[in-house]
Amino acid sequence: MTTKNIRGKEFWLVPLLFILLLVFPLVLTRFYTYLLALIFVSGLAAMSLNLVLGYGGIYQFHHAVFYGVGAYGAALTITKLGYSPWIGFLVGPLLAAFFSLIMGAICVRLSKLYFGMLQISLGSLVWAIVYRWYSFTGGDDGIHGVSMPALIGSTKGSYYFTLLVTGACLMTMYFIVTSPFGSALQGIRDNPVRSEAVGVNVRLHQLVALVIAGFFAGVAGVLFVVVDNSAFPDMLFWTLSLEILIMCLLGGWLTFLGPMLGAAMMVALRTFASTFTEYWTLIQGIILMLVIIFLPEGVLGYVIAKFKRLGEVASGGKA
Amino acid sequence: MEFLSSICPPEILCQILVGLSRTTILFIVASGLTLILGVLRIPNIAHGSLYMIGAFVAFSVSKWFGGGTTGFWMAVALAPFAVALLSLVVERGIFSHLYEREHLMLLLLTFSLALILSDLVKMVWGGQYKTVQLPGSFKGPIALASLPIPIYNIFLVIIGPVVALGLWLLANKTKIGKISRAAAVDREMVGAVGVNVSWVFAIVFVIGCFLAGMGGALVSPIVNITLGMDHTLIIEAFLIVIIGGLGNVWGALLGALIFGLTQSLGILIWPQFGIVFPYAAVVTVLIFRPTGLLKSTW
Repeated sequence: MTTKNIRGKEFWLVPLLFILLLVFPLVLTRFYTYLLALIFVSGLAAMSLNLVLGYGGIYQFHHAVFYGVGAYGAALTITKLGYSPWIGFLVGPLLAAFFSLIMGAICVRLSKLYFGMLQISLGSLVWAIVYRWYSFTGGDDGIHGVSMPALIGSTKGSYYFTLLVTGACLMTMYFIVTSPFGSALQGIRDNPVRSEAVGVNVRLHQLVALVIAGFFAGVAGVLFVVVDNSAFPDMLFWTLSLEILIMCLLGGWLTFLGPMLGAAMMVALRTFASTFTEYWTLIQGIILMLVIIFLPEGVLGYVIAKFKRLGEVASGGKA
Repeated sequence: MEFLSSICPPEILCQILVGLSRTTILFIVASGLTLILGVLRIPNIAHGSLYMIGAFVAFSVSKWFGGGTTGFWMAVALAPFAVALLSLVVERGIFSHLYEREHLMLLLLTFSLALILSDLVKMVWGGQYKTVQLPGSFKGPIALASLPIPIYNIFLVIIGPVVALGLWLLANKTKIGKISRAAAVDREMVGAVGVNVSWVFAIVFVIGCFLAGMGGALVSPIVNITLGMDHTLIIEAFLIVIIGGLGNVWGALLGALIFGLTQSLGILIWPQFGIVFPYAAVVTVLIFRPTGLLKSTW
């Protein structure tokens, strides 16, 4: 990881965008409204990963586990236990945070690649249990037709709920990464040894970051249930984790909003490419390969770097 | 045989044999993966795709030769070479320029390759599943301790150690093996004494991918060859490599044994959660030995 500051100067655009997004469902068709909601969900999942990946420099390879646990936590609370959906929405993220705490506590003593490998095996264990526990999780069929409160049952209702929750989560995350805790986390990413030396408890900071990231991934999982009314074991499979990683990479993991942009690109690409070709995975693979080779800091990272250089040239500094 | 059945119930014996034949496939694929990981330091997600391509090529070759015994043997002989050729193109065209990148980048790069390969397979072979006929001589079961055992499984159990021995000879008794082991430890030094490291990497990569293709060809008569068969296998192969110790071929054998046997015996203990046992075993190993059971080359 580079030592670049990723506090995100593009943040003033957000309120403007937010108002725009409030108006969209009034002019767009149901399908596009659903698509936008799906982008928020994936984007939130990717941004929660980026808390530990981009800001913490932790190789969380299997982040989708917490996304899936959040979704299953909500869906099972509603369907199996028969509680109100609103309680389910709380159970999902808390359960995801709890899983994150346990997995994090086991993995956090390791660094980089070994962390990632233990984490991916723990995640695969969770996946295997969900995949086979037919009597409780529905096994490979998953859970379908989770009933929602009337307020957020419609496409528009679920869109606005997703938008509001995503917005609130983004603000909280922004607050976290700009807080002293966020600075300490970035310090640990850039130089763990020095951070330890100046008295920062490296392991504890990383564990707290992992729990926070797991919580927000759980929120994303709950939002998926709200938008799609279902949960299935593929949500915890390793391919989805890599897809979320790709969203971070595509948008730029050294920027705050990059993962959201990456998610938008991925979801939009998949939807539009699949309307004219059944080989959209091929297109996705080629684009990803080109980004990795030519834009290793992602699209948003590239644009920001470009703007900075332009600004420096304009002000007479050296490019 | 009477002796064996006296110390161990026949159904357990049968499950052990099934587990061992699964071990062979897992070992062959994982040994290729661990070679590439150990020498080139590339976590190659596309390894699973190459395994799948090996199985599809085996199907086509077998069909070309009219199935039966000839078709099967030609498939097993030719499919790994087809995969090796493809991997050479990939290595020289893409990977050889990107060795210096971070592991995370390489991981995602190979994932993007896996995406591309899976759609290419769909283009060439279509979405339906395929099957390869077993040759007549492998078809019948033989009675082992009064239980019918498919002969092909016994054949697989024999193949596993043969491949392991072949790899050991290649690594320890040939020049390329010695050079590649040296390159795994210190690639700059190997380059400094005048070896073309880039080509050493290419050869190791091709050998590793050859093994992936071989695993695919060997598994082709006993499974449905289908898109997505790479997804479960590659994660299993990765976990095997991790618990064995990165880059350690004997570790891959040990890991494959643990994975294959816990899976097949787990089904006996608790049929519904059979697939959970190997994952639990992997987690247990890693909690106590995060760097794997045997020595890693990293």
